[in-house]
Amino acid sequence: MKKSVLFGALAAAGMTAGVAGAATLDDVQARGVMNCGVTTGVPGFAEPDANGVWQGFDVAVCRAVAAAVLGDSTAVEFVPTTGKTRFTALASGEIDMLARNTTWTFSRDVDLKFEFTGVNYYDGQGFMVPASLGVTSAAELDGATVCIQTGTTTELNLADFFRSNNITYEPVPIETGSEAVQLFLAGSCDVYTTDRSALAAQRANFPAPDDFVVLPEVVSKEPLGPLVRHGDNEWGDIVRWTLNALITAEELGVTSDNIEELSAGTNNPEINRLLGSEGTLGEMLGLDAEWAKRAIAAGGNYGEVFEGNIGAATNIGLARGLNAQWTDGGLIYSPPFR
Amino acid sequence: MSTMTDPQPQGFRLGMLISDTRYRSYTFQFIALILLIVSIAYLISNLFANLAANGLDISWAFLGEPAGYDINQRPIEYTSQSTHARASMVGAINTLIVAFLACVSATVLGVIAGVLRLSNNWIVSKLMSAYVEAFRNVPVLIWILIIFLAMSNAFPQPRAFRGETPDATMLFDAVAFTNRGVYVPSFVNGAGSAIFWLVLLASIIGVFAYRRYAKNLLFKTGKLLPTGWPSLAILIVPSLLMYFVLGQPVTLEYPELKGFNFQGGVHMRLSLIALWFALAIYTGAFIAENVRAGILAISKGQTEAAAALGMRPGRIMNLVILPQALRVIIPPLISQYLNITKNSSLAIAVGYMDITGTLGGITLNQTGRAIESILLLMLFYLIISLSISAIMNVYNNSVKLKER
Ligand SMILES: N[C@@H](CCC(=O)N[C@@H](CS)C(=O)NCC(=O)O)C(=O)O
Repeated sequence: MKKSVLFGALAAAGMTAGVAGAATLDDVQARGVMNCGVTTGVPGFAEPDANGVWQGFDVAVCRAVAAAVLGDSTAVEFVPTTGKTRFTALASGEIDMLARNTTWTFSRDVDLKFEFTGVNYYDGQGFMVPASLGVTSAAELDGATVCIQTGTTTELNLADFFRSNNITYEPVPIETGSEAVQLFLAGSCDVYTTDRSALAAQRANFPAPDDFVVLPEVVSKEPLGPLVRHGDNEWGDIVRWTLNALITAEELGVTSDNIEELSAGTNNPEINRLLGSEGTLGEMLGLDAEWAKRAIAAGGNYGEVFEGNIGAATNIGLARGLNAQWTDGGLIYSPPFR
Repeated sequence: MSTMTDPQPQGFRLGMLISDTRYRSYTFQFIALILLIVSIAYLISNLFANLAANGLDISWAFLGEPAGYDINQRPIEYTSQSTHARASMVGAINTLIVAFLACVSATVLGVIAGVLRLSNNWIVSKLMSAYVEAFRNVPVLIWILIIFLAMSNAFPQPRAFRGETPDATMLFDAVAFTNRGVYVPSFVNGAGSAIFWLVLLASIIGVFAYRRYAKNLLFKTGKLLPTGWPSLAILIVPSLLMYFVLGQPVTLEYPELKGFNFQGGVHMRLSLIALWFALAIYTGAFIAENVRAGILAISKGQTEAAAALGMRPGRIMNLVILPQALRVIIPPLISQYLNITKNSSLAIAVGYMDITGTLGGITLNQTGRAIESILLLMLFYLIISLSISAIMNVYNNSVKLKER
């Protein structure tokens, strides 16, 4: 990471002024692949399968954008990033977008100069402990050794939580989630803390998931979503509205099964605008009329992506909860396609 | 002669800057220097202009903001509300701690291995060759991870020490080896402890003074004073007396299992031990080769001459060979010390919070101030490296061949 910072500085030194606002869309189309930053591996969210093909809830967002922009959901170069390297990778242009369990915070948006293009998972930080410890609440964790990933909101929330509860802990900082899990399973730390969705996902892949419990406390708000660099609003719009297309598709009942049929034209004007049989939304984005159709067809609508990767039917078994459509009492809500 | 050939000074003309060989080289060097400065200034101003154009201004204000994260090994007072500058300082001290420990142990290890590799005993010399080759040829990062993983899997969890018939017990009831590190007793300083420590310090100085005196006496009069037991006596007797006179001011605090972890005593974290040992044995292998080279550089005649005078092999090594070999050994030793310090930045691999982990890691990441953090980091390593070089050069000058 240090390297790319320095190269970035050198490159900046070598350039003449006026580099801001480069057109990412043109670059991606010229390149023919989109570079998407993902995790180094969290089951259900982003992980290569047995054939080396990346799969997961965050991966699906990358694929949808690639389908919309390039017409091919496999034209994605996945770049694994750690909590520490992800922002440098995005800021330096190594990746075109980041979809990596990343929390939308004020300072990342404003100070680090990124543009969050929505939320694809409303989460909160939780704690996991071995059941044999007999701990039932995070308030009992005084003096515990806690494994955390560095460069995350997790480590800041953790410090705040223990300080405000007047209890102490011993942090063990770790670079990647899989190393953290390894140390946790080896008993090098008593507690493992991160976003609760990731806790559930990683626990599901433990050799004996039932030996571990996730404590009831949710100590933070972690709205996770894809992000792009500040300053290229056209590209930001494409990523934002691709995610919104997946969400709206679920709301309107457009699925990967019926999308062919519906795209021929329906009597619901919003579906028609979404799928391009009516209006010029695609053109306004700088894409063609069928951009959203391809994005949805790539992996299904938001609900299908959720259920297929992390939902109740998978071994991760997350309930929709806050991530249900607003019509079902959740927070998932897309502005209208109009 | 000079009156014959030298032209009379005629005053300085501008053309002489080019035509006169006395000035010409200065002129061109001066022009080159100006060009260099101008181009560097251009690059820097261009860098800042582009950073500004991208909305990336250079600002050091973040150093004064609360860091917000915790650090496990805190040699100085630090909480998550302390500033980023303070966090960097904690990291800097942690770097110095591990670098110091590793430099000392690597030197001891290297000297022993280097000397033994030249041993006439086949097994010993082959063992040392194996050590050198094995450790020199595997990247130090791998060694750090191997040691860390070996220890975290071999040692029991703190929980194993609990219960009536625990799975693990403490060594001498004082030292606990756990997969989170080693807990050793620490000193608790009571009233009057300062006097005790001063006496101990004075005794140590006394030992050196006595040995020096004995050596001078030997050189001047040929009288050989015993050094072994008097040194020990000087070291121990006054401190021991003082200890009881003052009413045992210094006591030991033993680590004790409380809650999730051991409390009390000194906690040497696994990350520190792994980094320290890995740097020490890895660099020790290089130092061993330097030492071997240094010894081989001393002509065999020296050993034979010393042996002819009736010296024992150990004394030949200590009094004749090593002091001369030092001249060859020290310059490369400096670069090994620099390597240790720089390699200690691999600390994050095992979660040791050195300056690369705090300033160059978490602070950089949470504030996004990459350029500032990296500049500070470079400055830190530069200063440390230059200081080590300076100190070692002074030492090198003191042992190098005195030309009379
Ligand atoms: N949401 C938090 C934490 C994100 C995070 O690092 N999550 C872990 C959960 S395990 C992860 O994705 N790790 C995967 C990796 O190390 O590549 C943030 O944005 O800072």
